Amino acid sequence: MSALVATTAAEVQEAVREGDGPLIPMAGGTHTATLPDQDGPARALDVSGLAGVVEYDPAELTFTARPGTPLAEIDEILSDHGQHLPFDPPRLGARGTLGGAVAAGVTGPGGFAAGIRDFVVGVRFVDGTGRLAMGGGKVVKNAAGFDLPKLMVGSLGRLGVIVELSMKVFPRPAATATVRFPAAGLATGLATIATLARGPIPVSALDLDSDGAITARIAGDGALIDGRAMRLAHSVQPGGQPLVGDAEAALWDEARRFAWVPSDARLVVVPLAPRRVVALDQELGRLGIERRYGLAANVAWIAWPTAAPVADLSDLLAARALSGVVLTGGPVAEPLLGAASGGAFARRIAGALDPAGVFVGGRR
Amino acid sequence: MDAERFLAALRDAGLGDRVLRSESQLAAFGSDALTAFHQRPLAVVMIESADEVATVVRLCHEHEMPFVARGSGTSLSGGSLPVEGGIVIALNRLNRVLSVDPDARLAVVEPGAINLAVSAAAAPHGLAYAPDPSSQSVCTIGGNLAFNSGGAHCLKHGMTANHILGLRVVLPDGETVELGGESTEHVGPDWTGLFCGCEGLFGIAVEATLRLVPVPESVRTALAVFDSLERAGDAVAAIVGAGLVPVAMEIMDALAIEAAEASVKPGYPKGEALLIVELEGEEEVVEHELAAVEALLREAGCGEMRTTADPGERALIWKGRKSAFSAVGWLSPDYIVQDGVVPRTRLGEALREIDRLSAERGIRVANVFHAGDGNLHPLILFDGREDGAVERAEELAADILALCVDLGGSITGEHGVGVEKRDYMKLMFSPDDLGLMEDVRAAVDPERLANRGKMLIPPAVTA
Repeated sequence: MSALVATTAAEVQEAVREGDGPLIPMAGGTHTATLPDQDGPARALDVSGLAGVVEYDPAELTFTARPGTPLAEIDEILSDHGQHLPFDPPRLGARGTLGGAVAAGVTGPGGFAAGIRDFVVGVRFVDGTGRLAMGGGKVVKNAAGFDLPKLMVGSLGRLGVIVELSMKVFPRPAATATVRFPAAGLATGLATIATLARGPIPVSALDLDSDGAITARIAGDGALIDGRAMRLAHSVQPGGQPLVGDAEAALWDEARRFAWVPSDARLVVVPLAPRRVVALDQELGRLGIERRYGLAANVAWIAWPTAAPVADLSDLLAARALSGVVLTGGPVAEPLLGAASGGAFARRIAGALDPAGVFVGGRR
Repeated sequence: MDAERFLAALRDAGLGDRVLRSESQLAAFGSDALTAFHQRPLAVVMIESADEVATVVRLCHEHEMPFVARGSGTSLSGGSLPVEGGIVIALNRLNRVLSVDPDARLAVVEPGAINLAVSAAAAPHGLAYAPDPSSQSVCTIGGNLAFNSGGAHCLKHGMTANHILGLRVVLPDGETVELGGESTEHVGPDWTGLFCGCEGLFGIAVEATLRLVPVPESVRTALAVFDSLERAGDAVAAIVGAGLVPVAMEIMDALAIEAAEASVKPGYPKGEALLIVELEGEEEVVEHELAAVEALLREAGCGEMRTTADPGERALIWKGRKSAFSAVGWLSPDYIVQDGVVPRTRLGEALREIDRLSAERGIRVANVFHAGDGNLHPLILFDGREDGAVERAEELAADILALCVDLGGSITGEHGVGVEKRDYMKLMFSPDDLGLMEDVRAAVDPERLANRGKMLIPPAVTA
């Protein structure tokens, strides 16, 4: 079915009030798993034209932008003022947008200790009745009213159509360095991750491969960075090797693009506690699935073959009381996999914001 | 709602010996730290397990009995004020730190756990719980998460909600649900994030999974005095502008300094404005950043400056700052603690205007604020024995909140709305915004039994 197009908040309200049939908001379309199926009943509500930075005063360390604003544009504007998005959202295509990043609610590899949920300070959205409402504000500290900005993180368009976002940002570090620790088996790798994550040197990324190899990134002042990288490399046994030159930046550029996920696989994100990694890894290994672990083993990134039913992965996760979200590989009926969170609380909130069930993105 | 039948049901549930009913027992629960408000509850129930919370809440639901959950009663917005004739569910005995997982940097706690007790339990593992409200030696995690508490060190670490990963919650009808989990990440809407800061309107958290942070290798605290608040504010802007993120940046004005000296005697240098800047992290990085901060403070025209790494000296500096609210009691018989936020670039403007309002009304105002994130705490001094003094102080407080909203800020940064600021919500939010919040609340609690009268004005009162 053809997409409805909205370029203003008023048009979003109109589309919600008058659009016949269920809607799924979309903008850049890079989270292809969350898009409506061509043959399905749901229609896309395209808000890619609802774009642009509305307000940005670098001294405030905040900005306000419309959901269709491309991440690339935001990266550029922030970079010009020595700032960045510390949660490092996955860049799954050139057209990826801010609204998509928040609706997916996924922190990228460089966002260890700076998760996306901590950086959304205000939201304006249209609920299922066509009502335009806001929550939060434009300041970094605010305790007035329900925290609707946080609620939108990961909501996949289920609770409303985001029409404006206020975000907190951080200064962009002047320099970065990366240390690679060799593979010594998954259990040893997890122990090393635990040591590094509570060690004296704050890391911005802490990735783990299923063979136990670790890649850690630090950031900060250029004058100190090499010495700190050496200290990090020698802080655990066996020691690591600093990665230097252009390869360092290229590595993380590839990581945030998830370039390692094969073209015939879907990227699935599964939050978990580090102690759950070994059992899940054995199961995925047995099935021959490529996977990595990020954010100090707080998340599994799984490349699930497009040819395999996502329901199988959903069952696998549910059996371990884990949940996941499918981001790429084309439309799936239910991008949220595994165990459901929130129970009656979730049902009641969703019922209040979308009583007629207009929004079907992320519904389960 | 039949009080006697409800009390009989509590007895039938085996809770009879933990129901407080006498005047003297109830008096202690009639107010919280916002002492201007007082209500007499029907009874207080001392809870000892999560199951008991569910039992009492279910009975409240069956008997349409309003209930208020309470920890240490330190709310500055009247968040734990009882409902007249309702029930107080006291959670102080549900206060264990159930587990600490050093490898995952997590702690699982009960809602009555004291904020500082979490850090104490984490300390042997080189970990700490970051949010640090000034009342952290007595306030509880349940209250912290219900009101999304802040603290001086939120500048770097963020508010309470950022540190709550998972919750077990008793909904207002007694059903128990699990929100979030053990990971820093989640999928689907952030139900945990929504519950935090709900001011008790969505029910009672009976277990919380908290994120812990490593205790930093090095901490340095710098103190600098300035001849005006505006210059101190400029110094803060310069530090932020240089790309530095200190863990805390606090300003106190002359009156607040005087109050602190009169009570806990921190030995602050004398001046019109005192700026505290704290840096933490790797030793080498902290030394490097401290040199940069010192240079920026001098450039901004500071007077006396001191820096220290000594834990004893640092503790005294923070004791002076964190006791500033109660210390004002040494200068004035009564005072109102206000809590507002302005965009940090408009701090100077806000302070000039507060000064003007204070002079115009002839009411003294002491200023203490989290300068790094624009969170103001004007302390409005008055003598309640003078005719109309309370009303004049409240008028000034209202004008300050309106000023914060006009400048693009918020009516509360960390104390919450409670009963104190319900009337000011409409300054920030449109009727549709508030209508949506009320709809969400009514969907979770149609009878509006959970902490009735806080944050939102019930529709019946509006009409």
